[in-house]
Amino acid sequence: MLSAFQRALAARTIPLVFALAFPCLAVPAAAEEIHVKIDNFVFVPDTVTIKPGDTVTWENVDDIPHSLVSKTPGAFRSHPLDTNDTFSFVFATAGAFDYFCGLHPHMQGKVIVAP
Amino acid sequence: MAKDNENGVDRRGALECMVWAGTGLLWTVAGGVPKVQQILGTTPANAQAATGFTFAQISDSHLGFARPENPDTNATLQEAIDRVVAAKDKPAFMIHTGDISHLSKPAQFDTADKIIGSSKLDVHYVPGEHDVIDEDNGKAYLDRYGKNSKGKGWYAFDHQGVHFIGLVNVFDLKAGGMGNLGAEQLAWLADDLKGKSASAPIVVFAHIPLWTVYQDWGWGTDDSMQALDLLKRFGSVTVLNGHIHQIFQKVEGNVAFHTARSTAFPQGEPGKAPSAGPMLMPEGKLKTVLGVASVTVKQGTHALAIVDTPLLAG
Ligand SMILES: [Cu+2]
Repeated sequence: MLSAFQRALAARTIPLVFALAFPCLAVPAAAEEIHVKIDNFVFVPDTVTIKPGDTVTWENVDDIPHSLVSKTPGAFRSHPLDTNDTFSFVFATAGAFDYFCGLHPHMQGKVIVAP
Repeated sequence: MAKDNENGVDRRGALECMVWAGTGLLWTVAGGVPKVQQILGTTPANAQAATGFTFAQISDSHLGFARPENPDTNATLQEAIDRVVAAKDKPAFMIHTGDISHLSKPAQFDTADKIIGSSKLDVHYVPGEHDVIDEDNGKAYLDRYGKNSKGKGWYAFDHQGVHFIGLVNVFDLKAGGMGNLGAEQLAWLADDLKGKSASAPIVVFAHIPLWTVYQDWGWGTDDSMQALDLLKRFGSVTVLNGHIHQIFQKVEGNVAFHTARSTAFPQGEPGKAPSAGPMLMPEGKLKTVLGVASVTVKQGTHALAIVDTPLLAG
């Protein structure tokens, strides 16, 4: 008969065992998906800080199309997002990426990719 | 509401005259002095002088937009075209100041061509930012409408002694900026105006306003001052824009600025509405904000005379 303490210990141990057995599943912090909303001609939030490999997904919930253009030419560029359209981009490398709306360039945002 | 302001239009007054959609502007050029008359509804343009001509302006038809603010933008564009055609003084041609389509899709341009084509008028287009968001950065627009244009769609033509210039300010937009003409177009404009007599009446049209209506919403053109400097020496310059889906006007020196209504949906009042997006009109309120407006630009006095009258007393 296991004591409550031992049961708890066993429960804790199992994942550890799995992790050791399948080391590639234990890779630290899986890549995350970060959401940015576009509403009322604003990126919300206008600055996001992420890790390399993370994905940023923009969702246009505004009633007018918007698009995403990186300030550094060619870093990323979306198609025009109509209402409820989304666009995702994986940021593989560290850096600061300023972007703006291709239709309304006064709309600006920033993605900071920091290891 | 009627407004007649001999000393130019105060911003407040222009805002009060803001109304909704489904309309076009009919211009009368008499002796080189353009006058504008709202053509929706009752009064046809009758100010046309024996020696003059009229032309119509429509703007921001946004075909493809179908939301509560206007579920049927095809129908309102058709209505605007029907008004243009029905005007007593038949316009010599029409200008469209951009945002023909909502998303630069071929089907949207096709529908626009069909509806606008029903006017049987020559139409001179300039693109809005919604017309150049195809995958090839404006190729769809330029292939269709830019055949006789320079650069990215700009051009000039003359009609009965009036020099018309269609400018394009929706390409190569810069982060944090507004509309953009660019060095190449400005050089072309300088060249186009070179040698022209200062007494030649000039009409310039472009999508985004060529003066800063409201910077926070990007309602202006970053390098428009350079274009306006080139136009300074001319005695009569009229600048016609769209983009902001409401009437705005001002006079500065010899330059009269005017923005046209949209045929699709109204946008909010700068600084008052939460954003520059489409504005939903209350049910049944439409006709109280539809109306007849006439603007007279008097050469030599820097004044506009404006009269706005709603179709239905509100
Ligand atoms: Cu935008």
